[in-house]
Amino acid sequence: MPEIIYREAIKRGLEEALERDPRVFMMGEDIGEYGGAYAVTDGFLEKFGPERIKDTPISEQAFMGAGIGAAAAGLRPIIELMSISFSLVAFDQIVNMAANLRYMSGGQISVPMVIRAPTGAGVQLAATHSQSFETWLAEVPGMKVVCPSNSYDALGLIRSAIKDNNPVFVAEPALLYGAKAEVPDEYYEIELGKARIARAGSNITLVSYGYGMRPVEAAADRLSMVGVSAEVIDLRSLNPLDMDTVVASVQKTHRVVVVDSARRTGGIMAEVAAEVQQRAAEWLDGPVMRVGSVDVPWPYSHDLEQKVLTDSDDVLNAVSEGYGL
Amino acid sequence: MASRTKPRGKNSSKTANSPKAGKNGASGAAGLDESDVAIKGDHLELFRQMFLIREFELACGENYARGFIRGFLHLYIGQEATGVGAISALGENDYIVSAYRDHGHALARGVDVNRAMAELFGRSTGLSKGKGGSMHLFDAAKGFMGGHAIVGAHLPLAAGLALAQQYEKTEGITMCFFGDGSTNQGVYHETLNLAAVWQLPILFLLENNGYGMGSAIERVRAGGKDFYPGLATYGIPAVEVDGMDVLAVKEATEIAVGNIRAGGGPQFIEAKTFRFVGHSYADGQKYRGREEVAEWEERDPVVTFPENLIKMGLASKEQIDRVKAETTAVVENAVKFAEESPNPDPTEIFTDVLA
Ligand SMILES: Cc1ncc(C[n+]2csc(CCOP(=O)(O)OP(=O)(O)O)c2C)c(N)n1
Ligand SMILES: [Mg+2]
Repeated sequence: MPEIIYREAIKRGLEEALERDPRVFMMGEDIGEYGGAYAVTDGFLEKFGPERIKDTPISEQAFMGAGIGAAAAGLRPIIELMSISFSLVAFDQIVNMAANLRYMSGGQISVPMVIRAPTGAGVQLAATHSQSFETWLAEVPGMKVVCPSNSYDALGLIRSAIKDNNPVFVAEPALLYGAKAEVPDEYYEIELGKARIARAGSNITLVSYGYGMRPVEAAADRLSMVGVSAEVIDLRSLNPLDMDTVVASVQKTHRVVVVDSARRTGGIMAEVAAEVQQRAAEWLDGPVMRVGSVDVPWPYSHDLEQKVLTDSDDVLNAVSEGYGL
Repeated sequence: MASRTKPRGKNSSKTANSPKAGKNGASGAAGLDESDVAIKGDHLELFRQMFLIREFELACGENYARGFIRGFLHLYIGQEATGVGAISALGENDYIVSAYRDHGHALARGVDVNRAMAELFGRSTGLSKGKGGSMHLFDAAKGFMGGHAIVGAHLPLAAGLALAQQYEKTEGITMCFFGDGSTNQGVYHETLNLAAVWQLPILFLLENNGYGMGSAIERVRAGGKDFYPGLATYGIPAVEVDGMDVLAVKEATEIAVGNIRAGGGPQFIEAKTFRFVGHSYADGQKYRGREEVAEWEERDPVVTFPENLIKMGLASKEQIDRVKAETTAVVENAVKFAEESPNPDPTEIFTDVLA
């Protein structure tokens, strides 16, 4: 199977949609002439023209809102934010408007729109440019949130996101844009809201998503070297959350560690932990263990940032602390 | 409506949006003539600061390539005359707030060069102990209040600093630098209105370098590339100045600062300038032609200003060369200092989160 990098996978999904459906168009800062801050839309302006590849002013609130309006009128906008940290400027539009419109109007208005943004820390962009707000957005009813961890999922999920009739936020871990994975030429989609068992195992369940899959996969490798078989689950979707897959795994392994590369406190993994506790407490041999990045603003210094960021040592420590493995 | 407090003579620099505009008059590119001899202030010192910024930025580029500096790096190369001229008009009790292209402003304010470089290296000796990096330089003791990387987010912070100055009647003012692109943020408009309504002691200093990242300002701004005149300043008096001319900037800023201190409320300056390099280190600049850059480079203040000083007899070539040699050594030393400084102690992760 051919291998492609994550950036190319997202790009392919966007390109197909632009070719297939004239209602699909894109908006964002420097997505056209500049080619995209992370080069995802490189060449799009030449191919699709300025009507459909709209460079915006640095006005996140306004173009997010305009996207919502265009979607309400039946278009299918795809909005790129340069960083998920900048989503804060548009949060009012995303949360109060996009996610609420359908409910408030008694189902009269839908907002079929995709919002994409690079997310996460790890490249020394410091406090204002390294955050992971997909975990905040995941608790907002009326919208969906996905965060693919590899090229295959990225393409399958972006295809489904664009076809979905709701606002869908696609968080793309910036550290993964260059990561390669096998992607078939044959068309496929991945249903939004379905987790993936990345690796089957029997002794312990490790749950993560997005960039968090890196430390989790590394920890699973290290565990296998000492004879511990870890089942690794990639949530892929944070809302809806596929708790059935997680609970079924815990019922099999009786142990679980939930891992986020975002800050530890309050995020989506608090939700996962609470649900596991409620639905599978009697199956567990120990506490639901939770791992995340340190609860401080992101530091610039390489050493400090790496210490703050979740790594496989953190995962193994939790495995050992919770279950003595 | 923008009213114009007209700076003196030709230095009011009616620059159109062409780098050539400053050459129209009898004066040279740096806009220097006999009358400038009378301008108080140390010409050599202005040159030293501009040259320091240029050397510092070049060293940053080199050390980014070497992997010592990481993250986003936005250089101030080309815009030196604006920052140096403007900041030279301030006093000790004034505040400065900048965006992420902040090295030049910090250096013009006189922050420690070693500690600035160490911050970019992420070392414990950095201005912010290595926690902030290039986009977040701070030196509160010097009134340098950042270094802010969310476009537009620092404008209300500046208004708040000015509010405190007004409240406590300190006589101080706040100078807020921002780029052309940031005027498209809603918070820019909200802040100007607020400052005008409350008559805050704030100087809005727009550095119009023609681009916000890859977006030529006229592609993303309904009013076109010239902010002045026709600028929606919510009644705040505005002037335009040639941002490549350090003395013109200095003079225009002195007038504006004087107006604020005299109780005239907020003031606004648009400096026409240009960055000679990419938006950040990663920028391939496919959105603009090499010719445009070359045209502006002809007006490079770091080159033309000392040339004119020599021509006018305001400085000797030896003096200029000595400043250059000394300044180059200062920057080399700063790099050495940064390289030799330790990384922050891991316990620093937990400090400074709360007061
Ligand atoms: C809210 C927000 N949106 C987008 C960005 C990304 N970004 C950083 S700088 C920049 C361009 C700003 O241009 P301008 O204000 O003209 O300043 P200049 O870079 O020219 O100094 C953009 C889009 C950001 N940092 N914050
Ligand atoms: Mg600009």
